[in-house]
Amino acid sequence: MNQSLHQYNPFKRMLFGFAFSPSLESNLHEVVRLAEFFDSELILLHVGEKTKEKQEKINSIVAATAAPSRVGEYHWIPGDPYTTLLDSTESLSIDLLVLGAMQHESLFRFYVGSVARKLTRSVKCSVLLLIKPAIERVACKHVVVSGFKTSTLPNTLFQAFYSARCLGANKATIVEEIANKSVKVSVDDDRSLIRSLRKKRVLEAEEDRRVAELVDQLPAALTDSIKVQKQAIFGKRGYSIGHYAEVTRADLLVMDAPVKTSLLSRIITRDIEFILSDLPSDLLICRAK
Amino acid sequence: MTRNQFISSLPKNLFAGFVVSLIALPLGLSLAVASGMPATAGIVSAVVGGVVVALLGGSYVTISGPGYSLVVVLLTAVTTLGGGDLFLGYTHTLAAITIAGVLITLLGVLRMGKLAEFFPASAIEGMLAAIGLSLLVKQFPIMLGLETGDGNPLIKLFKLPLVFAEFVQSAPESASTLAAGLLGIVSLVILLFNSSIRNRYYQQIPSPMWVILLAVGYSYYCQLRGIENPIRPELFIQLPDSVESMIYHPNFDLINSWGLWSVAITIAVIGSVESLLSIKAVDNLDPQRRRSNANKDLRALGVATAISGFFGGLNVVTVISRSSVNVTQQANNRSSNFFHGVFLLLFILFFSKLLNRVPLSALAAILVYTGYKLAHPLKLVAAAKVGKEQLLILMATSLITLSTNIITGILLGTLITLLSHFIITRRPLLFLLHLFQPNVLAFKEKDTDSYYVSVKYFCSFLNLFKLKSKLDAIGSTKTVVIDFSLCEFVDHSAMQTVENYIASFEKKGGKVSTIGLDLHGASSSHPFAVRNLATENTLGSIEKLFSRRQENLSKMSKEYGWKYCAKNQPIDPSLYQFLFFETKPIVQIYNTLVDPTSNGVVQDIVFNEGEFIARESARVTALTIKLENSIPSFVLDKEGLLDRLNAIAGFGDLTVEGHNYFNRKFHLSGSQPDKIRSLFSKELIFLIESSPIYLIESSGSELLILKKDRLLSPTEVKALVYFGRELLETLACNSISSNREISN
Repeated sequence: MNQSLHQYNPFKRMLFGFAFSPSLESNLHEVVRLAEFFDSELILLHVGEKTKEKQEKINSIVAATAAPSRVGEYHWIPGDPYTTLLDSTESLSIDLLVLGAMQHESLFRFYVGSVARKLTRSVKCSVLLLIKPAIERVACKHVVVSGFKTSTLPNTLFQAFYSARCLGANKATIVEEIANKSVKVSVDDDRSLIRSLRKKRVLEAEEDRRVAELVDQLPAALTDSIKVQKQAIFGKRGYSIGHYAEVTRADLLVMDAPVKTSLLSRIITRDIEFILSDLPSDLLICRAK
Repeated sequence: MTRNQFISSLPKNLFAGFVVSLIALPLGLSLAVASGMPATAGIVSAVVGGVVVALLGGSYVTISGPGYSLVVVLLTAVTTLGGGDLFLGYTHTLAAITIAGVLITLLGVLRMGKLAEFFPASAIEGMLAAIGLSLLVKQFPIMLGLETGDGNPLIKLFKLPLVFAEFVQSAPESASTLAAGLLGIVSLVILLFNSSIRNRYYQQIPSPMWVILLAVGYSYYCQLRGIENPIRPELFIQLPDSVESMIYHPNFDLINSWGLWSVAITIAVIGSVESLLSIKAVDNLDPQRRRSNANKDLRALGVATAISGFFGGLNVVTVISRSSVNVTQQANNRSSNFFHGVFLLLFILFFSKLLNRVPLSALAAILVYTGYKLAHPLKLVAAAKVGKEQLLILMATSLITLSTNIITGILLGTLITLLSHFIITRRPLLFLLHLFQPNVLAFKEKDTDSYYVSVKYFCSFLNLFKLKSKLDAIGSTKTVVIDFSLCEFVDHSAMQTVENYIASFEKKGGKVSTIGLDLHGASSSHPFAVRNLATENTLGSIEKLFSRRQENLSKMSKEYGWKYCAKNQPIDPSLYQFLFFETKPIVQIYNTLVDPTSNGVVQDIVFNEGEFIARESARVTALTIKLENSIPSFVLDKEGLLDRLNAIAGFGDLTVEGHNYFNRKFHLSGSQPDKIRSLFSKELIFLIESSPIYLIESSGSELLILKKDRLLSPTEVKALVYFGRELLETLACNSISSNREISN
């Protein structure tokens, strides 16, 4: 695609950990296509022994993809999936880790709950969870981004808009999740309702302004062809955005990586867990390098 | 409310308070007697309740006083806690009431105003029916001047005819029984047929007061005739002469016993539930549509209960029947509750002699009537109409409550409801996995002023409070669309609650509509029936199972002469000529509505996006109009609203000269730019700019008009049809004027 866009590439090296599952073919087509769109080098990693058979299979699938030249390296490392992937992201200096995930199936929830969830917590790079890989391309049109206020939000917006532009999306909705707590008025009767509605209007305007300022700071090449919308939602953080992405049928959901969690907050379900347990769309979890 | 308004509305509230006190007096006396307490206990409770809740409460037109739900509990407590000594039992019960008051206050402080929402609607109905039945069987013998005994109310219910036979047998022998029984029966007849007496002057006095007047009148009649009242003296209420002798204090000796605490907890929980349900119901009656602060009211009721218990009264709850009279008497603030208390105090101080002439049988008639109303057989019919499982829940809860106690009854009723949901959906995991998860999304749609609320997983009494708190945070003057299409199961309580919101929003000028229920299977034709996505609509004719939206569409069609058909239609291949559907296989078309004026067809279309693994189905309400004269094909879209077409069409944005706003706001594309430009006349652009934002696509011979990426509510459908007509007319005008240009 164009130079002006790819000069900002935050995902120079992309890692995909593959397994020989029925969805391997569609997964590979999807990641190669992604690498092509993002202008990234794709590194393929299999947690397991290298055999001739497997090697041949993977080669034949890669050869059939849209851009086989994108695949730069193959690695075969036996061991525990979690630690292998975790270590490899650092040793191979990876910018983006791509994982295949199942959307609803409860058996796989366990898998998502263990490996992917653990990885999204501890990995040092961004993570992309694919729920619906396809051999033929399904156009990405609408990207939903979490605009929750964190110190890393500028980086998240940067990566979100880069992805949106590369994938050819023309609409991005930045969702400002506002906890009901911050309204500080509980609705009991009409008078408190009016007060809470007033407070909400103020909060919404503040959030819109904050997000708009951040979007303005992004390079024009990332934002020019995208219609940016802001949507304030009052509700449980992390839950609302997933549900929103589902009802608006978003193609990609972008979120900040969870900050280092204390033991207490792990016991109570919070932000990212809601989405991981019920993925509404492909999910990009951004982390600054 | 300003001070002036308050003062100017005082006379109205004073009068309303007076009328309410006329009902509260007989009810208070009878409830206290039925609870095994001195008759004045009911009055103490009403006086304290009226005054305290008026001063501290958070509701507007409610009346507080002794309630019926705990009569049986209190009677049992009086008889058992004292170990046979009724007076000792009474003082122990007062201790339980005082403790319950503290507990209720705590519930209010802990903001448990939503407590009542955790019980399913049918289980509560069942509990109330059981309370009604036990009141009825307990008081029926007293109404006939006979002795009432202990025993299981269920067995007694079947023995009611025997009680009547006993009355017929003993009446000729005892003048006392005859007189008391006849008085009771006449009282009951007055109460039953009160509403059919349509005399304006008669209706000025509430029917329970007529019963009192009848009883007192009979007593005076006997006195005037110089004969002794045949009714034995122990069958009369005995009111003390002085205020001091009305007041008793609780005895806290049993504070360490579980018996006392279980009574206190029952009073606190059931009393709170009764109050909260009444508060909600009264809010719906308030002509000013104010919303009560349930937590504040709960705190006030708790304080009132504690004080009432400390001075020898019953527990204080918000009472629905007295409150509704209060509303019909045009009370508009809490002062009427205050006055009702004050009037009662005056009555008891100055007319206690008079009230001593009232026999217990007349009071029992009032309670028999109350019990009958609570356990009315029509309630069973109503429940059966909603669904067989609701009838089952109601009956089971009633039977359990009657044979055990209220708390067990309501808890097991709740459990049975939950099990019925498991069985209906055959997916207990659906409930267990998502029970503690949030499931409601609510936001204000960006380009309109309406709110969109989406509910996921399931919506039942278990998590209904989440939906309610979202809806409560939206002002009732707004437009709200509730989308259940991601929700696999919606229970009776949820349907009923949504219905209440529809009514209360409508009264305040707002609007709530539901979408996404059309595909759910229903257990009956009733609007509140359980909706389950797991079972398809398989029951009988589809019209019987209309969702509310379908019903409204059907009504609307009749009103405007449109043709409506809810059934699935064969998929019309001509839809694929539109770019919008080019890549979207259509799965199902239903809810078809034809407007003869414009020949427009409105349909709900289910289509797939993507294929195989990536497949997702989506629903949209679309209007298609066949054109008589062909026009150039084009796509018009609000820039950035539904962009998916732009890319597919592969055409750039066309600008129309002299319409900068239009150019900025809308994306217009097509293969014949010049023809399209000439089609977009001033009138057409004016129409488009002034209407809600639609996506308009022309295939040359047909128009496709869409609004949003979802199904539309009936009101939105109406607007869509209107827009279709206007658009057609404008296009027709255009072609006439352009023809004229050519001929010129």
